[in-house]
Amino acid sequence: MNRSSPETQQTRFDQADTRLRRDEGIAGALRGFVDRARSGDLGMLPVIFGLLLISVVFTSINPVFIAPNNLVNLLFDAAAVGLIALGVVCVLLLGEIDLSIGSMSGLASAIVGVLWVNSGMPLPIGIGAALATGVLMGCVYGFLLNRFGMPSFVSTLAGLLALLGFQLYILGPSGSINLPYASPLVRFGQILIMPDWFSYTVAIVPGILIVLSGLRTIRQRAAANLSPGSLSVVLAKAGVLTAALLLAAYYLNQGRGVPWMFGLFVLLVMIMHYAFTRTKWGRSMFAVGGNAEAARRSGINVKRIRLSAFILCSTFAAAGGVLAAARLASSSQQAGAGDVNLNAIAAAVIGGTSLFGGRGSAWSALLGVLVIQAISNGLTLLNLSSSLRYMITGGVLAIAVIVDSLARQSRASHGRA
Amino acid sequence: MPPVNEQDPPQGELLLRLRGISKTFGAVTALSDIELDVHAGEVVALVGDNGAGKSTLVKILAGVHQPTTGTIEFGGRQVTVDNPRKALELGIATVFQDLALCENLDVVANLFLGHELSPLRLDEVQMEVRAWKLLQELAARIPSVREPVASLSGGQRQTVAIARSLLLDPKVIMLDEPTAALGVAQTAEVLNLIERVRARGHGVILISHNMEDVRAVADRIVVLRLGRNAGVFGGEASHEELVTAITGARENAVSRRRDRGIEATGGEQP
Ligand SMILES: Nc1ncnc2c1ncn2[C@@H]1O[C@H](COP(=O)(O)OP(=O)(O)OP(=O)(O)O)[C@@H](O)[C@H]1O
Ligand SMILES: [Mg+2]
Repeated sequence: MNRSSPETQQTRFDQADTRLRRDEGIAGALRGFVDRARSGDLGMLPVIFGLLLISVVFTSINPVFIAPNNLVNLLFDAAAVGLIALGVVCVLLLGEIDLSIGSMSGLASAIVGVLWVNSGMPLPIGIGAALATGVLMGCVYGFLLNRFGMPSFVSTLAGLLALLGFQLYILGPSGSINLPYASPLVRFGQILIMPDWFSYTVAIVPGILIVLSGLRTIRQRAAANLSPGSLSVVLAKAGVLTAALLLAAYYLNQGRGVPWMFGLFVLLVMIMHYAFTRTKWGRSMFAVGGNAEAARRSGINVKRIRLSAFILCSTFAAAGGVLAAARLASSSQQAGAGDVNLNAIAAAVIGGTSLFGGRGSAWSALLGVLVIQAISNGLTLLNLSSSLRYMITGGVLAIAVIVDSLARQSRASHGRA
Repeated sequence: MPPVNEQDPPQGELLLRLRGISKTFGAVTALSDIELDVHAGEVVALVGDNGAGKSTLVKILAGVHQPTTGTIEFGGRQVTVDNPRKALELGIATVFQDLALCENLDVVANLFLGHELSPLRLDEVQMEVRAWKLLQELAARIPSVREPVASLSGGQRQTVAIARSLLLDPKVIMLDEPTAALGVAQTAEVLNLIERVRARGHGVILISHNMEDVRAVADRIVVLRLGRNAGVFGGEASHEELVTAITGARENAVSRRRDRGIEATGGEQP
């Protein structure tokens, strides 16, 4: 907003209404943000706060928690479950659920082990087959919902058992396959680290993108006679983000560095974020999650949207399974069992994706899985058994769902859906 | 027998032709054997009491429900409207009585839902500009188009729904009680708009309980009663004629008053 040139001060389309408060500059952006948070539009706020709290608590109990190499390990561990959580976000956005993601990831890791190690096929075929199985399962769930109206809760519960059975079946009596340590897959899952210069470059890129797209938006909006928004907000956002990322990269580089595997996960999160927010498909996802009948009457092919969400979810689960196999250097009966399933769902919800559909973000997978992994990592450092870990993770999940429900009630009472 | 006085014949070509449309919901027969014609450049008002089946008929044309029997011809070809997408593709746009907006999305997103500009890289700026222009045309009082629809008033939502139906420049536009929640200025704008849409050669189906509005813009008035055709009137039909057709009463307060006026010498005297 350039107030110094009143002769060009023709009323903008979006400022014609005199009842509207004009939020300008950084102060205005902050004020708008506080307003939204108060009305229950909390966004990423609770999870970032939770992450800081967890870090402070664990560090004060055991300083090793914050050591660079411990954090590098944490990131290695986070990628697999994070990828599964990214898929969960897709189905949660529609208000659906997939309970079979753990089994799907376990089956995927078993397929890689059987085809690649036991049958001697090339690695890409093993991975391809695992991902294809994910696509197929997604199609099955989508079909069951679209054709028979079978609730995803039930169909994926059935899938959980069926996939687990298939995993045990193809692993056979031995039950476990070791993946060769020297192979690129296992090195990717355990060792490969970005060169320092590359990690710094990557840390700068988001800031540059924000500034470029911000400038472009400002220019376009001004040309279209809309209030252009302020450059200072864009610069502040980019500055804070770049500083944070550079600091993180620097800190991790004091240890082993930034894992490629985590980089892959973040890249996929960014791609999904773009797809959710900047494409017609993403808009349709939110519409179907918010009001499926309204979406249908707008001409959206609701069935196809549902199908795509289930396919993405199962495929990401399969990809997460492959990464988990790489991380553990084995495909076993235990892969995908235990808490993988609930950790992935919990991560998505803790990150701020609503269980009720129509709200969420790809970033919630990233932030949520960091919370989950931080808890599990911190408790492991304290030599606490997994029994306690389960209980604490369960508690955190309950808190996240309570926050979600309270925010929903608050939004309803503030008229913000 | 309701009086039928066909006035000046419709101007344009026949756009929409329904014959023998029936619809049952389980044991309830919502519509039976409905006939309806809509021509280009014509406003057809659909009136009837609560539960007469008006919305059901609109939903059949919008592809939301499937007719149990009957045929729909659009532009001279027989069509089946199996889903709302098909209806929109044909050029039939609808403002539903129960609005059907996505409360979690903002006004711009709702307006362009299913028809976003540049699908792989949404053009938010152009969409916002078109949204403002459309809303200005409707004299809408909406402070911000970037707020979720949940925060709008009932009338503002109705305006959004009307604006959305205009976005695709449809051949036939169906408005199910579009002015029910609107203020004075907005109602006038919607009626103006209906006349402008007609002038552009589109067909309009208007459902309203407000006989003033109906008589102000309608070229023909089609009455439904208990799911059946109960007469077709010209735009100048009197209030009493319409009420008689809608209620089906041979004699009630309204018809008695009319009888007193018209046939002062004959028949019954109170
Ligand atoms: N989805 C449905 N399932 C069962 N019955 C229905 C359904 N939709 C409508 N009906 C029935 O069909 C009949 C006609 O309803 P409709 O909504 O078309 O009335 P209307 O003329 O639009 O009334 P109003 O003026 O109150 O809007 C009613 O008896 C209603 O109960
Ligand atoms: Mg109705």
